[in-house]
Amino acid sequence: MPVLVVADHDNAELKTSTAAAVTAALAIDAEVHVLVAGASCGGVAEASSQVAGVAKVLVADAPHYAEMLAEPMAALLVGLSDGYSAILAVANTDGKNFMPRLAALKDVSQISDITEVKSADTFVRPIYAGNAMATVRSSDPLKVITVRTTTFEKAAMSGGSAGIETIAGADDPGLSSFVENALSEQERPELTSARIVVSGGRGMQSGDNFPLIYAVADKLGAAVGASRAAVDAGFVPNEFQVGQTGKVVAPELYVAVGISGAIQHLAGMKDSKVIVAINKDAEAPIFQVADYGLVADLFKALPELAEELDKLPKN
Amino acid sequence: MKVLVPVKRVIDYNVKPRVKADKTGVDLNNVKMSMNPFDEIAVEEAIRLKEAGTVSEIVAVSIGLQQAQETIRTALAMGADRGILVKTEAALEPLHVAKILKAIVAEESPGLVILGKQAIDDDCNQTGQMLAALLGWPQGTYASKLAIADGKLDVTREVDGGLQTIRLNMPAVVTTDLRLNEPRYASLPNIMKAKKKPIDEKSPADYGVDVTPRLTVLEVVEPAKRQAGVKVADVAELVHKLREEAGVI
Repeated sequence: MPVLVVADHDNAELKTSTAAAVTAALAIDAEVHVLVAGASCGGVAEASSQVAGVAKVLVADAPHYAEMLAEPMAALLVGLSDGYSAILAVANTDGKNFMPRLAALKDVSQISDITEVKSADTFVRPIYAGNAMATVRSSDPLKVITVRTTTFEKAAMSGGSAGIETIAGADDPGLSSFVENALSEQERPELTSARIVVSGGRGMQSGDNFPLIYAVADKLGAAVGASRAAVDAGFVPNEFQVGQTGKVVAPELYVAVGISGAIQHLAGMKDSKVIVAINKDAEAPIFQVADYGLVADLFKALPELAEELDKLPKN
Repeated sequence: MKVLVPVKRVIDYNVKPRVKADKTGVDLNNVKMSMNPFDEIAVEEAIRLKEAGTVSEIVAVSIGLQQAQETIRTALAMGADRGILVKTEAALEPLHVAKILKAIVAEESPGLVILGKQAIDDDCNQTGQMLAALLGWPQGTYASKLAIADGKLDVTREVDGGLQTIRLNMPAVVTTDLRLNEPRYASLPNIMKAKKKPIDEKSPADYGVDVTPRLTVLEVVEPAKRQAGVKVADVAELVHKLREEAGVI
């Protein structure tokens, strides 16, 4: 039976995380369909049809899918579920919200945050903040899965030519409604898909000092993240948080500045290709996972770093 | 309005978990156990709603071993009114837990169920959403702010792009995120008082819930370890190595 991937998008743009979920889906079955649920999301459907390996794109275009609220999304997916052996979504705050609701409505257990597909019914997922990896086999007839997309190669975003089929969708259950979004201005790359991430922690001492991080990040074309301590202290907003219960990132380069390295933070970044730690405490646990450690006062090191980066020949 | 707050006994968040040599799971022998941190936030929110006069009674539920009673006592010491312990030796999945909670909701008729968004042991992030589904109630996950007015619940949620506010019919299920509140510590007099608060003991069978596993854990192993790196002397050496050795800038 085919496998369905729920597209991650903002009605305007298909997120590359979807392509990673498609790779996971292709490891389960050769026939992969993508569902685009949204409002005025025709462009996203078009983009989805070009993802390599996708056999068919379903589009449910209605106002009540605009914000992907859990109640209408789960109702829609229940209606589609009989034709599929597995339904996958990206493990972001949308997928993590509506997928368990689908699983319960179908009376199946969800497999959260998978990092590997062993076979059509067996998956690897991190537990205990990534301090252990569990291999689990599901005996349920329908596998409901969220995917940690940082661990899967992204399928090519072009080259495919899947057919697009408009579907009717389901009625809005009328339990919930959208009021408003207060979203950050996106002047830097998105945290979860950025090639480089520069994060600040408690050592930054104040939100007023984060411009030191921004200066370095902008020279590197990097996204900016933070530890829980920095978010709890109000230095930066919640969407910056990297860690067990925040965002999981795996960029080519992760620079941790003034972050001690609690296991909850490491859970969100230890799969990064290269890790740099800048901390004045030589004993900080972050140095145990860092490829390059610099024991230094960050208030000196960050301006110096910005200066050194300026000296590099431009590519 | 009554509020139901499920609380889970988990490995303390400061303890580094160790995988058992036989690869069957994580060693919990002689390890400090505590209430799941997100559940503490749930208990605190319920207490604040009671202090504000919105809530009349707080019922704390825990499902697990006999020792889960300690977790309920912690909730009672913080300010919950009574407890329900559903005793089982079985390793339950979120779906089973949601089914038991659904049965408890049918008996207790709360106007609101507040849960932690995820437990820090299995990191599933499912139970609240599943409970809402089984009840046919709306869900407000990853809450950083709650506001009740005119029989509706406005939940401000921590989402990937920032904050999102949604309006829910009541009754509803809410799951907590970190910035909802800062949980209080129980005072010594309240810990003493909590010992006298009632805790009912039940079993999954009392609620007619089949707890047959749907998932089989084949093995639990340690993740691949990172190689220890090097210390650099200064910023110039760092930049040089990132460019020439690692090739990432």
